[in-house]
Amino acid sequence: MKRYRHAASGVLVPLAAIGFWQLLSSMGWVNATILPSPMAVLVKWWAYLRPLEVFDPAQGSYLQWCFSGELIHDAMGSLYRVLVGFVIGAGLALPLGLTMGYSKVAYALFNPLVQVLRPIPPIAYIPLSILWFGLGNPPAVFLISIGAFFPVLMNTVTGVQNVDSIYLRVGRNLGASRLTQFTRIILPAATPYIFTGARIGMGTAFIVVIVSEMIAVNNGLGYRILEAREYLWSDKIIAGMFTIGLLGLGIDTLMSRLSSHLLKWHRGLEQG
Amino acid sequence: MSQTSHISIRNVHKIFESGGQEVHALKAINLEIPQGQFVCLLGPSGCGKSTLLNAVAGFSLPTTGVITVEGAVITEPGPDRGMVFQEYALFPWMTVEQNVAFGLQIKGVEKAAIEAKVAELLAMLNLTDFRKRFPKDLSGGMRQRVAIARVLALDSPIMLMDEPFGALDALTRRNLQDELLRIWTELQKTILFVTHSIEEALYLADRTVVMTYRPGTVKCDIPVELPRPRDVASPAFNALKKDLSQLLMEEQSRHNQAEFRGAAVD
Repeated sequence: MKRYRHAASGVLVPLAAIGFWQLLSSMGWVNATILPSPMAVLVKWWAYLRPLEVFDPAQGSYLQWCFSGELIHDAMGSLYRVLVGFVIGAGLALPLGLTMGYSKVAYALFNPLVQVLRPIPPIAYIPLSILWFGLGNPPAVFLISIGAFFPVLMNTVTGVQNVDSIYLRVGRNLGASRLTQFTRIILPAATPYIFTGARIGMGTAFIVVIVSEMIAVNNGLGYRILEAREYLWSDKIIAGMFTIGLLGLGIDTLMSRLSSHLLKWHRGLEQG
Repeated sequence: MSQTSHISIRNVHKIFESGGQEVHALKAINLEIPQGQFVCLLGPSGCGKSTLLNAVAGFSLPTTGVITVEGAVITEPGPDRGMVFQEYALFPWMTVEQNVAFGLQIKGVEKAAIEAKVAELLAMLNLTDFRKRFPKDLSGGMRQRVAIARVLALDSPIMLMDEPFGALDALTRRNLQDELLRIWTELQKTILFVTHSIEEALYLADRTVVMTYRPGTVKCDIPVELPRPRDVASPAFNALKKDLSQLLMEEQSRHNQAEFRGAAVD
């Protein structure tokens, strides 16, 4: 019961905001090109989502047809870049982070460089990424992997460095080899940090994908909202923005579900 | 001598560096502990009893002197000297049964044998119903049972216990003390048990070693010959308790004086 009341109160503010926005439009207080009405956005959103062609069985299955709309293509394109970029960035950050956290020598060697590179926003790599990779997916994926790399790296290093030394003492007492200590004690003990890093990294990847699509490619949600601006389709811009928001929320929810499932042993994640 | 001694501690000194000053934590410790004896190390905090235990465990080796187990000099930690810590130190990402099985997996015991051994130990410590739980879902007493089972799985002839029941409430504590005595009688282990509770030492030990406050030396080495199960209300128990309190209070007051001096310097 309480849950429903919470959910109900959660829609109050968004509904009020939409109501106010509709009022602004209906009363003609704002120019529709600058801020279209919520209804107009919704209509455009549907048009953006819906398949462009009439259903034709010769072209493929019904399901395929359902997903042939422009918005679905854009969302898939963006998602693909996010995932590839994230896998590359996190995939490189994880082993480096584990090494830097475990070995003081590796930390001393790599940390200065990491500290210099880390504050550079991925967006600052845009000129180089185009010089190096031209246009298309490669520069976009490159930028996204940089965005995902540093959060995963920093959290992995911290996670390994903060493993409670008592666990390592127990490990030595039980006769664990260094390898066993690493795989069975250090790695699981560091996972809460690593997952936090992955979640932040995924968030950064999602921000970077939109920016990278505005410069290097000709599909994806970021490209689409920039394209819509050229035609002054503000309703489509807003529809695209909400799509980005919902997709980001979906990914983050998925990441957090996954980590609470995998970390059900963890004290910090006790929830009713 | 070494034929009858299981653990042999000979002329052990331990000197720490602390804030630019040398701290003489252990000084000229000599102890011979025979197989199967239950020994309590008793003393105020800072007397070096945990330092001595850690030296036997191999976590922190003596500055000079040697500790041998069955004649072999200790140079590193090992599963022949299982340790139970006050803070339980269970691996939170492992379930109860995974925690208990871990030492056996490290040893390379085959799977069926591990399962049988784990089931036996969980039954021995009344943990069977909790085998799938994670440590965060257990009470302090339960956690310490798991930690004991984890060490017993190693089949080590020696158990080292560092104030294992210090964080438990009185009833749970007595309960676990009784279980420990039962296990000790059944499995014939040599136990070196650190505590600052006189009553706990007298309830458990064959022999109580009282240590002095800095430098840590053996103040006295008292056999406890009361018949088991021991009655904490008996006159004989209380007479011993009174004697030990007297000895311990002397060291506690040296500890207090040292702290006051430290405060004055600050």
